[in-house]
Amino acid sequence: MKIAIASGKGGTGKTTLSTNLALYLSQKQKTVLVDLDVEEPNSGLFISGDLIEEQVKYNMVPKWEPESCILCGECQDNCVFNAVVKIGSQIMVYPQLCHSCYACSELCPQNSLPMVPNRMGILKYFVKNNLHFVESKLDIGQEMAVPIIAQTIKYIEQKFEENTYKIFDSPPGTSCPVIEVGKNSDFVILVTEPTPFGLNDLKLAVETIRELDKPFGVVINRYGVGNDDVLNYCSEQDLEIIAKIPNKREIAEIYSRGESLFDRISEVKTELEKIENYLIKLNQQ
Amino acid sequence: MKEIVVISGKGGTGKTSITASFAYLSEKNIVIADCDVDAADMHLLMKPDLVRKEDFYSSLEAVIDQNTCIGCNKCFEVCRFDAISRENNKYDVIYLNCEGCAYCEKVCPVDAITMKRRLDGEWYISNTRLSKPMVHAKLGIGTENSGKLVATVKNIAKQVVELYNKDYILVDGSPGVGCPVISSLSGASFVVLVTEPTVSGLHDLQRVYSLIKKFGIKSGLIINKYDLNINKYLEIVNFAQKEGIVEIAELPYDETFVKAQTLGLTMAEFEDSNIKQILSDAWNKIIKLVN
Repeated sequence: MKIAIASGKGGTGKTTLSTNLALYLSQKQKTVLVDLDVEEPNSGLFISGDLIEEQVKYNMVPKWEPESCILCGECQDNCVFNAVVKIGSQIMVYPQLCHSCYACSELCPQNSLPMVPNRMGILKYFVKNNLHFVESKLDIGQEMAVPIIAQTIKYIEQKFEENTYKIFDSPPGTSCPVIEVGKNSDFVILVTEPTPFGLNDLKLAVETIRELDKPFGVVINRYGVGNDDVLNYCSEQDLEIIAKIPNKREIAEIYSRGESLFDRISEVKTELEKIENYLIKLNQQ
Repeated sequence: MKEIVVISGKGGTGKTSITASFAYLSEKNIVIADCDVDAADMHLLMKPDLVRKEDFYSSLEAVIDQNTCIGCNKCFEVCRFDAISRENNKYDVIYLNCEGCAYCEKVCPVDAITMKRRLDGEWYISNTRLSKPMVHAKLGIGTENSGKLVATVKNIAKQVVELYNKDYILVDGSPGVGCPVISSLSGASFVVLVTEPTVSGLHDLQRVYSLIKKFGIKSGLIINKYDLNINKYLEIVNFAQKEGIVEIAELPYDETFVKAQTLGLTMAEFEDSNIKQILSDAWNKIIKLVN
């Protein structure tokens, strides 16, 4: 079962929930935690384990071969992303703008733009007991998160059996990176906090997940701060609140040190139990 | 004109609350730009009054005319994004997957495929309750090109600055290190980094700082919730010293952040906490550093 932990707003507790839920579930059954927040992956700061595998991830981009090129300019016309530009007697390729559609390369009459690998980032796979942890990190300066996210999900699908819990720590926001994760999940948990920013971003996240037509539920983090507007919104919209993690300075302090909560704070464990039961019920349906 | 960009790498560090406070504390010589277009929150504190609203078109999507399609399979073969569905010789576009590259359009032998513009969002120019103009945007759900929308917001903000003879653009930047944040940073005169003393806060600060270094932009640091973890706090201070990043301010772990937000106010409007004074000193320091 593939469960995406997502939120519109950053800093609501996606990583806290992902890591603790994965650690908690792995006590009972094989679980894989996947950090797909490839721009700023943080789950690894909370999980230790033995490194099993490391893979450099590439996307394919065109490379200009001047010898055979007749400078017809078709490549420029065929690239809607402005990643291939004819300047004077040169063809310039901008890998950061390239979406790897292959149009320039395959439609070139001279085969002067073969596709070559371009390094995007690195995937690492760790294991500790029943918990498997896969993290992908985008190289600094690389702009596009989606290809490395897609490749990481593919890696997970090939590596792990159907019945493994797969927890996806998702990127924040409502645009392409989170869509890529959402569309490859069976269930989405939206994490929010009971503040005006939390509510505003929850609404955006709900719209996004509804667009994907995926089943989802809500977990409220830092429950007790702010006001009741998130609760009211959830009941108006008939959204299921799966768990409420209390607001405590102690929790913030434990998080700040990179430590796990589920075995230190009993209220957190109780809430994780609720999520587990919810997932079991969901799986039976 | 100077562009001050506030970013944090990690979300939830208080970036928007702090930027909004600066907007309140500044003279009337600024234009506010909310470049966190994925999850824009600035408007909740600024109560914008819309002056102008524009559609934002950026990407394309393929449309197959079923009457013209001869089922030759060419589009299916060339699409690298699994965006063409094939059922009983009927071909269609899966819109969520379509990257808008137009390769299928180019290879279709009977011109059954056309590319249509996709509505990717909206952008706005507004008056705010602070009587300082704001440029902001809303990204269409699930669309791409948030980087291009960020660039549009910044370009419009520049025009507003010129039109009204202002001195600064105050930018609430995007999270991460990818395309939207690179777009937020381009053209910046000064970057304000907001972080917190947690393992994630430090990690994300280091990543986003290596990006700023690449761009060679001057930057300063604000440590929020500095008293949450003294060891991490010291690590951050050491990192800043080593890299020569100026420390602008330190804010305590304080419920004022949420209280102010719940009332739709900036923290600088809260007289009963010393946060107002810290932020006011911080803003003055930033203005000095920028000039």
